[in-house]
Amino acid sequence: MTILTLPRRALLAATAATALALSLGSAQAQTPEDVLIVGQIAEPQALDPAAVTAVNDFRILMNMYDGLVRYRDGTLEVEPALATDWTISEDGTVYTFTLREGVTFHDGSAFDAEAVKFNFDRMLDEEHPYHDTGPFPLAFFFSAVETVEAVDPQTVRFTLNAPYAPFLSNLAYPTGLIVSPAAVEEYGADFGRNPSGTGAFTFGEWRSNEAVVVQANPDYWDGAPELQTVVFRPITDANTRTAEMLAGGIDLMVEVPPVALSEFEGDAYTVHEQAGPHVWFLILNAKEGPFADVRVRQAANYAINKEAIVNDVLEGTAEVAAGPTPPAFAWAYNPDLEPYPYDPDKARELLAEAGAEGAELTFYVTEGGSGMLDPVSMGTAIQADLEAVGLDVTIETYEWNTFLGNVNPGLEGKADMAEMAWMTNDPDTLPFLTLRTAAFPDNGGFNSGYYSNPEVDALLDAARVETDQDERARLYQEMQVIVQEDAPWVFVANWKQNAVTSDRVEGFSLQPSFFLLLDDVSKN
Amino acid sequence: MTGYILKRLVSAIPVLLGISVIVFLIMAMIPGDPATAILGSYATPENVEKLNRDLGLDQGLVARYFIWLGNMLQGDFGRSFALNRPVLDEVLDRFGATLILAGTSFVLCSLLGIAAGVISAARQYGVADKAITFVVLLGISIPSFFLGMMMILVFAVQLRWFPVSGMWPIYGDRNLGVLLEHLAMPAFALSVVATGVIARLARSAMLEVLRQDFIRTARAKGVRERQVIWRHALRAAMVSIIPILGIQAGFVLSGAVYIEMVFQWPGVGRMLVDAILKRDILLVQGGVVFIAACYVIFNIMVDVAQALLDPRIKT
Repeated sequence: MTILTLPRRALLAATAATALALSLGSAQAQTPEDVLIVGQIAEPQALDPAAVTAVNDFRILMNMYDGLVRYRDGTLEVEPALATDWTISEDGTVYTFTLREGVTFHDGSAFDAEAVKFNFDRMLDEEHPYHDTGPFPLAFFFSAVETVEAVDPQTVRFTLNAPYAPFLSNLAYPTGLIVSPAAVEEYGADFGRNPSGTGAFTFGEWRSNEAVVVQANPDYWDGAPELQTVVFRPITDANTRTAEMLAGGIDLMVEVPPVALSEFEGDAYTVHEQAGPHVWFLILNAKEGPFADVRVRQAANYAINKEAIVNDVLEGTAEVAAGPTPPAFAWAYNPDLEPYPYDPDKARELLAEAGAEGAELTFYVTEGGSGMLDPVSMGTAIQADLEAVGLDVTIETYEWNTFLGNVNPGLEGKADMAEMAWMTNDPDTLPFLTLRTAAFPDNGGFNSGYYSNPEVDALLDAARVETDQDERARLYQEMQVIVQEDAPWVFVANWKQNAVTSDRVEGFSLQPSFFLLLDDVSKN
Repeated sequence: MTGYILKRLVSAIPVLLGISVIVFLIMAMIPGDPATAILGSYATPENVEKLNRDLGLDQGLVARYFIWLGNMLQGDFGRSFALNRPVLDEVLDRFGATLILAGTSFVLCSLLGIAAGVISAARQYGVADKAITFVVLLGISIPSFFLGMMMILVFAVQLRWFPVSGMWPIYGDRNLGVLLEHLAMPAFALSVVATGVIARLARSAMLEVLRQDFIRTARAKGVRERQVIWRHALRAAMVSIIPILGIQAGFVLSGAVYIEMVFQWPGVGRMLVDAILKRDILLVQGGVVFIAACYVIFNIMVDVAQALLDPRIKT
C-alpha cells in the first residue's frame, strides 16, 4: 500500500484546497441596483456609429448618441431628435434642419451646425482631414448628399443630387448618429474606443472581451435615464448566454435561441417579442430553369408549409411573410395582402400546367449568418415540402461569407434557389436593391434571381423620389401586390426579435427597429 | 548545451516563415473577403471595391505578403479592422488569458495523468488499475465542450457553486480567489482528455521501465517499493513521458478554442474563431503566427528538457 500513500495524501490536499477556494465566497453576488447588465451576442467592433455595421454594436450606440431624427417609440416613423424641425424643398432635394439649442456632447463641446457638417463630411468627403478615421462601410446611405452647409449655428442644410425619399429614415439609422468632432480630433482612429456623443448614457470604460460600461448622462436633453449604469457583456455562445440569464449573471438577454424560450416561462422572467423590418425569403432564379415560369414560382409558394416552419422549426419566433415588405413598416405595408396558403394540391396542379413535374433543383443553403435564423433546418424543411409535390431538390450548404460570395453575383448557371434574409430601415431599401431590372448583379445590385417587371421598376423609381409619405405608401402597396403575384421569391418569414428580462427590470420594451433603447428602463 | 539550444532556435526560423506563408495563403484563398463580411447584405461590387481600397486590400498578393512580413519583423502586426485596435495588443491581451487557462489545465493534466499512469502501472491488473483505466477511458471519450456545458448546467445554474462564464466578475475586486472560481470549471473541462491520454501513455512507459534489469536490481538491493516506483522507475520513464507532455500541451492549447467558446473565456482561441468568421485577416494571421511561435518555442524547451534528462539526445 505504500505506493498509494503519496497520491492519496495529495488528493486529500487538493480536496481541501478546493473546499477552501469554494468557501472564499459565493460565486453568485447579486447584480447591484440601478445597474443593468445586458447579455450581448458579441464584442462590439467600435463605438463609432459611422464605422460599424452590426446590430450588436447599434444596441450600445443608440444609448450613447442621438441623430438629427429618430424613430418614434414603437414605430418606424421618424420624429425630431437633435433637430427640432425641418423643411423639404419643393423638388425634394434640399433639407433644412433647425437644431436643438443648448445640447452639448459628453466631452463638453457644443452641438451645432458645424458639428453636423463635420460628421457628414468625415464620412463622405475623401479629402476631409478625418476621413482616415474610417473606413465607413455604410456611408453610401448618404451617397445622395452633395453638400452640407452650416447656415448658422442652429441651422444646417443638406443638398441632395436627386430627390431621395429614404433620406430621413437613413438619418434615424445608427450611421446617421452624431459624434463629437472635438473627440474625433483628439483621438483620431482611436475614437471608436473613446466615444463621445449627446445620448442618454456617457461612455464609462471598455474592458476588451468582458464589458462595455456606460453611465447615466444627468444632463440628457430628453430627461436623465433611470439607470445609473449599463454593462454590456459579450457572450457569443447562445447556450452560455442562456445559462448566464438562468444563473442571474445578466438582467437582460437579447436573441434568445428558440429552443431556450421554454426555460424562461414563469414569473421570474419576462419574454419580450417584437416583429421587426426583417424578411426571410428564397430567391428563385427567374432567368433559367423551371423557375423561369411564373407558375412554377407560385407553385413553390403554395408547396412550402410556412406555418410549420414558423411554429415548429422557429418555435413561434417568426410570423409567416405575405410579401416582400415586412409588416413592421406599418405605413408602407399593404394590409390586404394574404400569405400564399399551404396548398400542395394547387402546387401540383400548377407544376403540371407548366410541365415541371419532377424538375431537378439546386438549392443554396447557408450555415448561418445575419438574420438567417435557423437556415439549415429551414432549408431541410423546405426541401421536404418541395419533394412532396414532386420536385427533386439538391441542397448545397455554404458558410455565410462563402454563401454571399456565391449568391450575390447572381444564381445564373449555378442554382435555382437560395436562402436570403434582409433587415432594413426603410421600405425602399430591399426592393430597390433586389427587385428592379436595374439591380441585376451585373449592374451592382442584389437582384440575384433576375426578376424583371417594368411596372415594379416604375413604381419603385417613383416611390424613391416621392416626398409625400401617403403617396409613397400607395406606391409601395401597389408594388407588393404585383410582386406577390409574380412570386420572384418564396416569401417565408418575418422574424420577431426577442429578449428576456429578469423580474427586477421594469419599463423595457423592444423596438421594431431592433435597436435596444434603455433610457426609460429601471431596475430594483 | 548553449550550442544545441541555438541550433534548435535557428531551425525554427524556416518553420515560422513557412507558417506565415501558409496562413497568409489560406486567408487569401478562402472564399468571402473582409469587405463582404463587413458589408453583409450591402456588399455591392462598388461598395466592396471602395472598402477594399480603404482596407489596403487592393494590392497584389505578393506585395501584401511582403508588406505584412516586413512590418511584422519590425514588431508591427497591423490593425484589426473588426476590433479597431492593434493586432499585437489584442493578441497579447488574449494570449495571457489563454496561458492562464491552458497553463492551469496543463499542470492539472500532467500531475493527474502521470500519477494515474504510475499507479496503474504499479498495480497492473489490480483494482486500482481497472478503476483508473475505466475513468480514463470515460474522460477521453467525452467531448470537452459537452462536458463543459453539462458542468455549467449542474455547477453554475443548478448548484450555483461557480460563475457561468468569463474570467473576472463584472463587479468587485480582482484577486486570486475570484480568478480560481472562474478558472475551476474551464480548466478542469479542458484537462480531462489530456489527462486520459497522458495516463494511458505514462502507464505503458512505466510498465516498460518496470520490466528492466535496474529495477530488479534496485528491488534486490532492498530499496523501498515507493522509492523504486517514484524515483527510479518514474525518472527513467520521464524520458518517454516528456515528449507526450509536449504534444499534449499543443492539444490543450488547441482544445482551449472550444472551452473558451463554452465558458466565454477571453482567450486567443475564441478570438481566432471570431476573427475567421469576420474575415479579420490581419488578426487571424498575426494570431496564428504568434501562437505558432509560442508552440515552437515550447517544443524547443521540451527538447532541451529531454536532452538534460538524457544526454545522448543532444548529438
